[in-house]
Amino acid sequence: MSDRAKNFATVGKSLRKVDGFALVTGKPEFVADLQLPDTLHVKILGSPYAHARITSIDVTAAEAIPGVACVLTHLNTPSTRHTTAGQGYPEPSPYDSRMFEDKVRFVGDRVAAVAADSEAIAEAALKAIRVQYEELPAVLSMDEARREGAPVIHDESDSPGIYDAARNIVADVDIDVGDVKQGFTESDEIVEFTCETQYAQHTPIETHVVLSYLDSAHRLVLRTSTQVPFHVRRIVAQTLGIPMQQIRVIKPRIGGGFGTKQEVLLEDVAGWVSLQTGRPALLTLTRKEEFEASRTRHPMRVRVKLGAKRDGRLHAIEMEATSNTGAYGSHGLTVLANTGSKTLPLYNKAPNAHFYGQAVYTNLPVGGAYRGYGATQGYFPLETAMDEMAVRLGMDPIELRRINHIQLGETSPIFEKLGEGREGVSQTVKSCELPRCIDIGAERIGWTKKRGKRLKVGSWVHGVGMSIMMQGSGIPEIDMAAATLKMNEDGSFNLLMGATDLGTGSDTILAQIAAEVLGVSLTKMLVTSSDTDLTPFDVGAYASSTTYVSGMAVQRAAEQVRDQIFGVAAPMLGASANDLTLRDDAVFAASGESVSLARVCQRAMYETDQFQIGATASCVPHESPAPFLANFAEVAVNTETGKVRVVHYVAAVDCGVAINPHMAEGQMEGAIVNGIGYALTEEMILSSKGRVRNPSLFDYKILGMLDVPPMDIILVESYEPTGPMGAKSVGEIGINGPIPTIANAIYDAVGVRLTQTPFTPERVLEAIKEAAK
Amino acid sequence: MTITLTINGRERKFEVDPGEKLLEVLRREGYMSVKKGCGTGDCGACAILLNGRSVNSCLMFAAKADGGEILTVEGLATGEILHPVQTAFLAEGAVQCGYCTPGMVMSTVDLLTRNPDPTEREIREALSGNLCRCTGYVKQIRAVQRAAELMKDGEPRV
Repeated sequence: MSDRAKNFATVGKSLRKVDGFALVTGKPEFVADLQLPDTLHVKILGSPYAHARITSIDVTAAEAIPGVACVLTHLNTPSTRHTTAGQGYPEPSPYDSRMFEDKVRFVGDRVAAVAADSEAIAEAALKAIRVQYEELPAVLSMDEARREGAPVIHDESDSPGIYDAARNIVADVDIDVGDVKQGFTESDEIVEFTCETQYAQHTPIETHVVLSYLDSAHRLVLRTSTQVPFHVRRIVAQTLGIPMQQIRVIKPRIGGGFGTKQEVLLEDVAGWVSLQTGRPALLTLTRKEEFEASRTRHPMRVRVKLGAKRDGRLHAIEMEATSNTGAYGSHGLTVLANTGSKTLPLYNKAPNAHFYGQAVYTNLPVGGAYRGYGATQGYFPLETAMDEMAVRLGMDPIELRRINHIQLGETSPIFEKLGEGREGVSQTVKSCELPRCIDIGAERIGWTKKRGKRLKVGSWVHGVGMSIMMQGSGIPEIDMAAATLKMNEDGSFNLLMGATDLGTGSDTILAQIAAEVLGVSLTKMLVTSSDTDLTPFDVGAYASSTTYVSGMAVQRAAEQVRDQIFGVAAPMLGASANDLTLRDDAVFAASGESVSLARVCQRAMYETDQFQIGATASCVPHESPAPFLANFAEVAVNTETGKVRVVHYVAAVDCGVAINPHMAEGQMEGAIVNGIGYALTEEMILSSKGRVRNPSLFDYKILGMLDVPPMDIILVESYEPTGPMGAKSVGEIGINGPIPTIANAIYDAVGVRLTQTPFTPERVLEAIKEAAK
Repeated sequence: MTITLTINGRERKFEVDPGEKLLEVLRREGYMSVKKGCGTGDCGACAILLNGRSVNSCLMFAAKADGGEILTVEGLATGEILHPVQTAFLAEGAVQCGYCTPGMVMSTVDLLTRNPDPTEREIREALSGNLCRCTGYVKQIRAVQRAAELMKDGEPRV
């Protein structure tokens, strides 16, 4: 623990979640747990074709079914172009979506929606809708997208923000540092890898769900499972063409997000139903619909070329990425840009670097934000290439990384060149315990003892691999968060935050920060979050921003409240405000004399110079300090079946000060298990017609308790001077680790390089056979 | 048709359709802790105890449970006094979003009732039908171990 962190009273403690009691006792806190009388059930008709024009749509029979309240199609709904990506305004994603359209672009794309008295009636009505389609030739792979004469997926003329619609290119990024061509010429050793990642999904256990209703003033209330309540309010107002002040968005407890709920996917439809009928409307995706028609991780092909000097110093890095954004360009540009911007600064010593790439449309499921956000796809080839470079140079892979990774006090030109789909922000590293993370991880896995030994147990061969990485903490100069804190006369506080707790525990850790500043226990913090009517603005939960950005807003609000408390208490204690301190629910003077917080607030409310003790503060971060991670894995590869078993996984992470260690570990544990699934089992299988063939949790394998290997998560604390209480972030970084770490361990075991995820027995066995030829 | 269920100690009669699943009936009647994650028996978010054993209520016809005793997580705590399994889940940080928690807690109660001192392997096997996407299961396994300790120490059992 860093010296500065040692003195914390509330921060740094694994306190129970403020919402924990409600969650373990099953209180009706989730979106669909609220039962309102007269609620309509909404079902969506998805396209059976990957690419088609709707030539006619007849809803007469559907509307005639008793119990059907309304049927929505492109003929009776607003046609405003927008993006479903819940990003800050103006969004860097193209406005290429409509509520409904006369064209469908992937299997499952929206054709119509029915609202009815029951789900069964709504389903019957969907079947009664008569649609005539003119099937169009479809683009069913990334490679076909840019081919001469390929079908144009967005041939409409009113979708701004697409880089080159005629060639199905959503976005294009190209940045240069130095001269890589020259750099490779001057290099002694060159390694090049092209890696491909699959279609994968977030699979929160709660699917996308929204309940909409009109309040007593006839305003539209959207109770929704979202990571971005304020963006939902803005984008739904834009989509439906109604004043934003007519909308209130409430995010109650939600059942996981991982990025897929940074998407404004259902709120427009449910909202429109309520506006048209005056009745509450509940729209829940089934698991099958979630797989077919929500969002995915962008599948990518990423090529990395490294040039190094004989002594191991990297001299040139080139990364070329092609991203498949599916039928709509949601997060297309920014995920692509982050593939470079979150990976290349790690090896800042290379004087020559080039990142370029394109995101392309296909008639396949739609990409979106997903924990790791492009970095996951980028670290696979980068860390594979580093491992191979070490082999070529005859170095230990740890040593090669040690001499090349970014260090405390250093910067990278990439920070400034490449940001969130535009230029970035320059910064220097002000906290970095990566060297210690590597040491601790190597020791814990038994690196020197196990590496290169190829221990054989029957047909299983063991190997160890490692990788390192960094991420960011929020989007500098773009993200914005605010918090309001007001004091009550019993010495408790209401903490009102726009910040969005999607299960991460942010309500708790943000309250810990406020409690720390004010010298009170966590129980004195009454948390209200994510209600656009009651809480101040916050961009929402994404980009590893909540602890760092929202946390700083909370800290500032608490500091202002502290100063107001001192102002009231000073005359009570006959002391100067500068000499006061807060602890144990009281204000203390240097003399040791004290007055309780309750008394201070009573004076402010009822007695002298009366006012409400309270403050609202904001944070726009000027940099995005990186958490750092060293991953180590021991795997066993079955040379007869190709099966890969993770025997032990070690992750040592520097996330700054862990505000709540249990929760920080929980973020890492969840991300790593998700990443192991992504590396070994998870894959959306698409048919030759673009249909998802395994849209269930039976056929799409996420890891269960029996599949999870022994894991060691080690929090290697640093103190980030720009962060609240020394904190950075920990939400995303863990998911980037398993793919390259496991791939490198497989190489150590059996000498083959896997370049396509997931590493299924078939692929591993094929690679082993290929190598034996 | 009319069925009789004893839910969390209270006997109630319900009108149900023959094809209706127990999950839908429980939620309709206000037992909102019972969550739907898949509807196909793959995730365990809807797990409840029927006659003391953990079942996925999304797969079971309500009619088939007629006459049965059901325990949901709402019936586990006594006011503010939590059941040891609930206490352990909170203390170990085993709850993140909490959507899988009711099912996970009920499966744990089932396990510890049958096997008060399970090995880690037995815990993993017993809860392998309860998927969680947030936690990575590490803290949930520890929570089950801690719950077993608490229950051994004489905390009340179901």
